[in-house]
This record gives sequence, structure tokens and C-alpha cells, in this order.
Amino acid sequence: MTTLTSTPTTRRLGRPAAPAAKPARPRGLAVSRALLWPALATSIVLTQIPFVVTIYYSLQNWNLLRPGDRDFAGLDNYATVLRDGSFLSSLGSTVLITGSSVLLSTLLGLLFAVLLDRSFTGQGAARTLMITPFLVMPAAAALVWKWSILESTTGMANWALGLVGIPPVAWNTDVPIVTIILVLTWQYTPFAMLILLAGLQAQTKDVLEAAAVDGAGAVRTFLAITLPHLRQYVEISVLLASIMLLQVFDPVAIMTRGTGGTKTLSYLLYERAFVGLQVGEAAAYGVMTVLITIVVATVALRTLFKVFSKEGLGR
Amino acid sequence: MMLTTKVRRKAVPAGFAAGALALALTGCAGAGGGGGGTEEGGTVELTLATVNNPQMKDMEELKSAFEEDHPDIKVNFIQMEENDLRDAVTKDVATNGGQYDIVTVGSYEVPIWAENGWLADLTQDLESDAEYDVDDLFEPVRDALTLDDSLYAVPFYGESSMLMYNKELFDEAGLTMPDRPTWQQVADYARQLDSDTVDGICLRGKPGWGEVFAPLTTVVQTFGGTWFDESWDAQVDSPEFTEAVQFYVDLVKDAGEADPVSTGFTECLNNVSQGRSAMWVDATVAAGLLEDPESSDVAGKMGYAHAPVVETEESGWLWSWNLAVPETTQNREAAVEFVKWATSKEYHELVGNELGWSRVPPGARNSTYEIGEYQEAAAAFAPITRDIMLAVNPEQPGVAPQPWTGIQYVTIPEFQDLGNQVSQDLADVFAGRSELGPVLERAQRLAQEAGDAQK
Repeated sequence: MTTLTSTPTTRRLGRPAAPAAKPARPRGLAVSRALLWPALATSIVLTQIPFVVTIYYSLQNWNLLRPGDRDFAGLDNYATVLRDGSFLSSLGSTVLITGSSVLLSTLLGLLFAVLLDRSFTGQGAARTLMITPFLVMPAAAALVWKWSILESTTGMANWALGLVGIPPVAWNTDVPIVTIILVLTWQYTPFAMLILLAGLQAQTKDVLEAAAVDGAGAVRTFLAITLPHLRQYVEISVLLASIMLLQVFDPVAIMTRGTGGTKTLSYLLYERAFVGLQVGEAAAYGVMTVLITIVVATVALRTLFKVFSKEGLGR
Repeated sequence: MMLTTKVRRKAVPAGFAAGALALALTGCAGAGGGGGGTEEGGTVELTLATVNNPQMKDMEELKSAFEEDHPDIKVNFIQMEENDLRDAVTKDVATNGGQYDIVTVGSYEVPIWAENGWLADLTQDLESDAEYDVDDLFEPVRDALTLDDSLYAVPFYGESSMLMYNKELFDEAGLTMPDRPTWQQVADYARQLDSDTVDGICLRGKPGWGEVFAPLTTVVQTFGGTWFDESWDAQVDSPEFTEAVQFYVDLVKDAGEADPVSTGFTECLNNVSQGRSAMWVDATVAAGLLEDPESSDVAGKMGYAHAPVVETEESGWLWSWNLAVPETTQNREAAVEFVKWATSKEYHELVGNELGWSRVPPGARNSTYEIGEYQEAAAAFAPITRDIMLAVNPEQPGVAPQPWTGIQYVTIPEFQDLGNQVSQDLADVFAGRSELGPVLERAQRLAQEAGDAQK
């Protein structure tokens, strides 16, 4: 609290030099602090109590269908989580699926952003169409892919492959990871594209003109000037997409059911809680996930702030 | 600038959705709070929590007929997903809430819930009413809902499984299907009929204890295998279990659907009704859907036979959705009254006359199959469905005796999880990523853990 209001961070964020910024009158400060308390208390109640309850559950031996056998289990659930091996393999799957989807989305997003940055007739319409996949609900998208595109006998994907003489692929059975990455990439490419397009549009034309005058070709200009300019936009888009994709659930539940290395952490948690009905074990998985997320998020958020502060300094 | 507003616009509906979801959740928890109360005029309000299946919606549509006959009883329906229903009832019973007066429960869970003391014993109420005719309910279904000689739920509708085949494709190939085929015959036919355009057979491969393991467990049983022996020792790595699963996987690979992991009931229904599969072993209720000319290209072209066997006489499974009265209800008498009405002969007549004979809940009462109009509406599959429903034996579906009642599942809380995990590993076998041996070794370990919990 104290640090928040008095560190130079606030000043750097460009708050107008209002009297509040000067800590001259401690009484006024006390009032403003007091005013913050209800909000702070609410957010503590809303975020921390469920977490504490989860920790409590994680120490219980509790199967929903055996209510009589509920008792204190100590750290048994955590031992199960670590011994079972599904946590680590799930973590691996999550990283693989998130990583590949984010990478592909960013690359494709960059390509489409560059294409859309040129002015042509129907640019607005094209942009709207390109954004659509991101606006489709994830469950609906997964169903469309399952039934219309990747269905093994009547789907469009196998029909298209058939045109070039490739035998039909049983997508969900034979290449489940590819299937999931395909759907996620389709969905998140527009997201990356939006952010990168904003970056491209923020680029001043003077620099590009100067480069042209100096005789740099299109490729050289792109690699030496545009790409470095886009760096921070890429960072933001990668970061935000990763945060969203880490929670991916719908396509896994609808298409592959966690088979063949597609059991992401959120699907694993769902399974322990709603199929296994092991409330205690599911809670332990949840707590472990939170711990790992905190570590990752701390690193990630630092990066994010670095990006923002660089942007601030640049201007 | 324009771009940021676009991003925001996306964010707002998402926030709305989250808010709406939160509202819906709290609404769910709060709903039904009025149930259990008795109003001033002496009217009893019953709260019925049910899964959202079409037959249950029919029941809601017709409840006014019950309310007219019983002016002092009002029935409120709450439709939920299966998981939400379990959660809601668990909480209600655990906290002695008495929010729900009637619940729908699947046959897998009735004995488990009864064992936990969650369900009221209905034996006396039903047997004392001669008009209700409890013996008319299919005996195997009743057996599955009975624990220690007490009946804890009444079937609303039930099903077994059978073999459905496309007569046109069989005629073209010059093949005839016997009324009681063996799995070996079915496998031969499937391999003969399999071509580039038509799959020889459709069998569920989708992971899940209620998906692939519904048909697969019946195959295991008729091959002489079982999940557990009489002393709850796991038998998953036994030669019979292995042989059955290997047979199933090979059959699907050679002559089955292309993408087994995607394929469950709905997907097979789709394939068969479009004439893209020659055979299908699945729930008897599928026949009603295949014979509906509006949704199926093969209406009138299908033949039906008993589920294929190897060592047993019958190999059909047994499932029912049932009505039960939670122990915690404050309105037991009124609740039992409604349960009896909704599962009575009179209700079946009512559905037939009001909504159409094809919508009569099947597989619950023997007498339903004697109604002329129903026989006509379901001529293609009613007689065989009745035969199978009467013939299956949930107390010993396999070759050896088993310590639980139930066919395509093991009636223990751990089975959902066990079946689910093993079926996910089986997906790797379907895809050729792993061999069956190691998968069943791990399954044996998991099954033994579940079995040890019963000892």
C-alpha cells in the first residue's frame, strides 16, 4: 500500500501533479488510504478465501461418492500428485501446446499483419474477416473443427488433402497434438495479428521513406527497421496469448479427450474433480498449478513491465 | 486507436459472459430453495432435479396432467447437467437440506447412492399399490436398482444394446445376419463389407467409462473376462480380457471407422444413418433414431439382432434413467405419488396420445410393448428390444460370478476414473502409439487399487 502510493512508479505513469501526489498533508493521506480499505478487503475476500479453502480441501481425503470416508489426509494428496507422473506430463503437454500455438500464431499473425497494412480495396472487410476466428466461442470453434473440417471421412481437411493425393488422416486418433495446435493457432492468429498490425500502423512513415532514399530494398527495410520496431509488440502479443492459452480446455474436452499427450493442466484438473470425483486430489493439483503459475507469472510480469517502461522511455 | 477499441469490444462481452455464468451458478445453487415448503393453502410444492434429456422434457410438458389430478401438489422441474446434478444432490444430502424431493439418477449410481443412505427405500410404497404393478417393470432393470432386496429407484426409461445392420448392404454382398450372431461372424462380415466408401462396422472408441467401455466391457464379458473376480481382485491382465480388447481394437482398425478416438454414440449414429457403416453395436434406443425418416437415410432398411456373443448367451448391456426420492425430502408422500405417476402405465398411454407413440419411454415396462399403437410405431425394433431387456442378467453378465450388479460398468465410485484412464491409454493403442500389453499392465495396477478399496 505504502509503496504503491509513494514510489516513483506512480509518477512515472504520468499522474497529473495534483496535490495528492505531494505527501505534504499526512491526514489527507490517511483518509485516502482508509477509503481504499473496503476495496482491498473485498478483493482479499474474493481472491484469497477460495484459495485458502482450496488448500484446506487439498489436505482432505474426499471422494464425492464416498461422503462417509472424508477425513484429514495430510500431504497424501500432494504425494499422489508428485508420484503419479500425470502432473509432469500434463505440464509438458501444456507447455508444448501453448508454446507451439503461440509461436505459430505469432508468425502467421505477423504475415497477415504485414499484408493487411498495405492499402487495398476492401481492406476493412478483409480485416474484419481475419479477426472473426478470435471472436468465435472456443467450444463452438472446436465443434466446427471436429465436425466440418477434421471429420475423417466427410471433413474438408481430408478432402483437400485428397486433391493432392495424400491419404485421409484420422486427426484425433493419429495426430491429436497437431489437431489441438491447429485449432488454437487458427483461433489466436487474429489476436497476434491485431497487436502486430497496431505496431505496424504506429510506425512513422518518415523512417521508411528515409530508408528508401538510402536505397534499402523492401526485405532489408523490413528486417532492419520494421522488425526491431515491432519487437515490443511481439513481446506483448506472445505474453498475452500465452496467458490465455495456458488455460486451454475446450478443444481438448471436445476433440481429443486428453489422449495422445493433449492432457493440459486444466483438463487434468477437470478430470480429477469431475470424473475421478477426488475433490482433495483435484485441489492439490490446483494448488500445485497455482504455485507454478506464480513463478511463471512473476517472471512474465517483469518482462511485461520492462516492455511497458521501454515504451514509456522511447516516447 | 481503432484497434484498441476493437480489443476492448471483445473484452466486454467476455466480462459479461463471466458475469452471466456467475449469476447462472448462483442461480442454480439458489433455485429450488422454495421446494420442500408447504404453502398456506396446503399445497405441496415438489422440486424435481433432472438431467436434461428429451424424455425428461416430455415429462415436464405433461406434468400438468398430474397436477390436475392432484390439485394439492405442484411440481417444479430443474434441469441440470449430470455432473451438476450429482454435486447438487450430494451437497443437499450432506447438509440435510431437503431442497430436492425427486431426482433422476443413472443406474450406475443408484446402488452407490443407496449404499450412502441418500435415497429413500421405495419397496413398500410400490408393492402395496396393486394398480401400479411393480412386477411389470423389467426385472433386470429392477435388479440393477435393488440393494439388499430393497428397491431404491424406479426406471423412467431403459435400454440395452444390440446389433444394428444395414440390410441393403448385406443383400448386395449376399450375406445374411443370424438372429443371434457370434462376434466371430460379425468380425468376418465387417471385414467382407468394409470398402473405401463404407465401414464394415462402427464401434465406439471415444475415451470415457461410459463411451468406449460401455460396448467394450460387454465384449470382455462375453469373451469370458471381467474387471474383478469375486474377491475384488483385478482381472484386467487376464488372457480373456486381453483377447477381448485385442479383438475389439483389431476389428476397429481393420473394418471400423477411420477416427476411433472421435467416435462415440452420436458419431456412429451419424455414420450409420448416412449409410456409411454396415453394422453398429450400440444402445437399443438408437433404433428409434435410425427408423426416423426425417433424420436418417436408412429408415426401413435396417435389421436388428441380439448383441454378438462368444461364451455367454446374451451380451446386451443395461442402462436406465431412474426416478428416486432423496432421504432428505420433507414431502416424501407427495414425491412418491409423482414418481409412481411418471413411471405408470397410465403415463405411457398419456405420452402416446399427447406426444406420439414413438416418444413413449422405452425399456421400463413390459406392458408398454403390448400396446397396439406402440407395437406399430416401433414395429422394427420393439419385439427384439423387449426380448433383450428381459434376457440380460446384471447380476452375472459374464462367465464367472461378480461381486457387483451391473453389466457395462462396475458399480463402485472408483470405476468412472478407472474406466476413463484406461480408455485414454487405449486411444494410444488405436493410434498405434503403444502396445496393448503395457496399457493393460497399467490398467491392472489401477484396477487393483480400486478393487482394494472395496475389500
